[in-house]
Amino acid sequence: MNKIEDLEKKINSELTTKIKESKILHNQLYLSINSEDLLDVILLLKTNKDTKFKQLIDITAVDYPENKKRFKIVYLLLSHEFNQRILASYFINENEKISSLVSIFPSANWMEREIFDMYGIKFNDHPDLRRILTDYNFEGFPLRKDFPLTGHNEVRYSEEDKKVIYEPVKLEQNYRNFDYESPWEGTKYIKKQIKE
Amino acid sequence: MAKQSKTLNLNFGPQHPAAHGVLRLILELDGEVVEKADPHIGLLHRGTEKLIENKTYAQALPYFDRLDYVAPMNQEHAFALAIEKILKIEVPIRAQFIRVMFCEIGRILSHILNITTQALDVGALTPSLWGFEERETLMTFYERVSGSRLHANYFRTGGVHRDLPRGLEEDIGKFCNSFPKIINDLETLLTDNRIFKQRNVDIGIVTKKDALDYSFSGVMLRGSGVPWDLRKSQPYECYDQFDFDIPIGKNGDCYDRYLCRIEEMRESVKIINQCLSSIPKGPVKSMDGKITPPPKKEIKDSMEALIHHFKLFTEGYRVDKDEIYTAVEAPKGEFGVYLISDGSSKPYKCKIRAPGFSHLQAMDYLIKGHMLADVPAVLGSLDIVFGEIDR
Repeated sequence: MNKIEDLEKKINSELTTKIKESKILHNQLYLSINSEDLLDVILLLKTNKDTKFKQLIDITAVDYPENKKRFKIVYLLLSHEFNQRILASYFINENEKISSLVSIFPSANWMEREIFDMYGIKFNDHPDLRRILTDYNFEGFPLRKDFPLTGHNEVRYSEEDKKVIYEPVKLEQNYRNFDYESPWEGTKYIKKQIKE
Repeated sequence: MAKQSKTLNLNFGPQHPAAHGVLRLILELDGEVVEKADPHIGLLHRGTEKLIENKTYAQALPYFDRLDYVAPMNQEHAFALAIEKILKIEVPIRAQFIRVMFCEIGRILSHILNITTQALDVGALTPSLWGFEERETLMTFYERVSGSRLHANYFRTGGVHRDLPRGLEEDIGKFCNSFPKIINDLETLLTDNRIFKQRNVDIGIVTKKDALDYSFSGVMLRGSGVPWDLRKSQPYECYDQFDFDIPIGKNGDCYDRYLCRIEEMRESVKIINQCLSSIPKGPVKSMDGKITPPPKKEIKDSMEALIHHFKLFTEGYRVDKDEIYTAVEAPKGEFGVYLISDGSSKPYKCKIRAPGFSHLQAMDYLIKGHMLADVPAVLGSLDIVFGEIDR
């Protein structure tokens, strides 16, 4: 399918109810699916002769702490044959476990490890779910919105102990997050006062 | 009596010159044959994505220089393109030419580094001495245009920071005339060199199917015979106006990848030459005062310019609610930015897709069954830089 509109129709007719919503934006196809249909959808996209999304570009998560279903998981796929890109996504709860893609794309291994490391999302049937980017014995999930930018621990070499030690972060000055919103549109605290 | 065999665990890195940075590789050896490789990464993790979520778009841009620090501008390009696509800004044609030119300079920078250090890893010292001299020349071009040899922060939303300084075009032209001879010199040192070939031919072979399954891109994909280059297949900027070829490998081994990189440098010189001969005059950044800061001179006597300047450097520009993935063909492969904006002046989420991440992941698959001495050769041909893998 060289035209993205045809591709959208084709995918919708093949997968029918498994696609909750589809839209075309920036010349890419955005699919919204159910978490339990993930393997079926990805496998079809990879193997179908009219789609051939043979490459998994990336997997990532987005944190929306105010949502009931907190995390959005996004899969980016590329079809070399038809020169198309797909972004498939679904939402999950904080404690929900999701299926791993390693059986379909071996490259999903590290991508899922990264999501586990950064967001604390667990995967079923993942062969090797360890932390990947953060330090050994790191605690917390840095890319969650409620994780502070400065982190919790800092590292230094201790002259007394003759080794590298971990300490709680001490800052001379706290990280300052200024509110730069245009005053004529009303800053946040004024908007809040008006509401109340 | 059964022969007793025991595997040996070897810790390669994180302080090893052939590890190309801070890679800790845990190797399981049976004699000299590698049975398993487990790369431990993250020793250079700086939390770039978290930092970007807390900065305005303009403040986030310099972080991209610090990812793949051997070709900084190519990374900036992906981020700038993502914002421009969401904001729907037209980039002036002169700025597009300048961007293409500096992206290709970045490609040469990266490939010189990779080819020469790969040669160094397998025992050849001279190529790196010759190659680094050329890199230095290229980095002076970076410096003249942006004020900095490495962390340029030059590609801004809506164009580039400023116009080329006087005389730079001629000097880049001179470099393009002399550089093909340097490539030939490097080739006489390496291409038919018996030792170099013994160390690289038929080492680390990747089949077409595996290259796709392991999410390879760039030279790692083309070396295995997949004709795919984003500059041709999904042209961004003004790449469709240039005439250049995409070198494709046949066997997918370390040696083919080396040959691809050599040819790609020649093609880059071709593109730079075309840029220089047809670069038009005109503005180098978008005229939209809400996005690009006004010239310093105007701030002195225009109230509007002063307000724009103040707002841009405090609040920053706002980006409408949107979600986009943009990718560029960086020297190492497909470098992508997945950006979610929420209408404020800071990105809500910015995922950086680094090509080296998937390449290094395949280390276990690539090295299984090879000898210990092949580890540096394969690592060298993967072209990994830890700035982008660890982010």
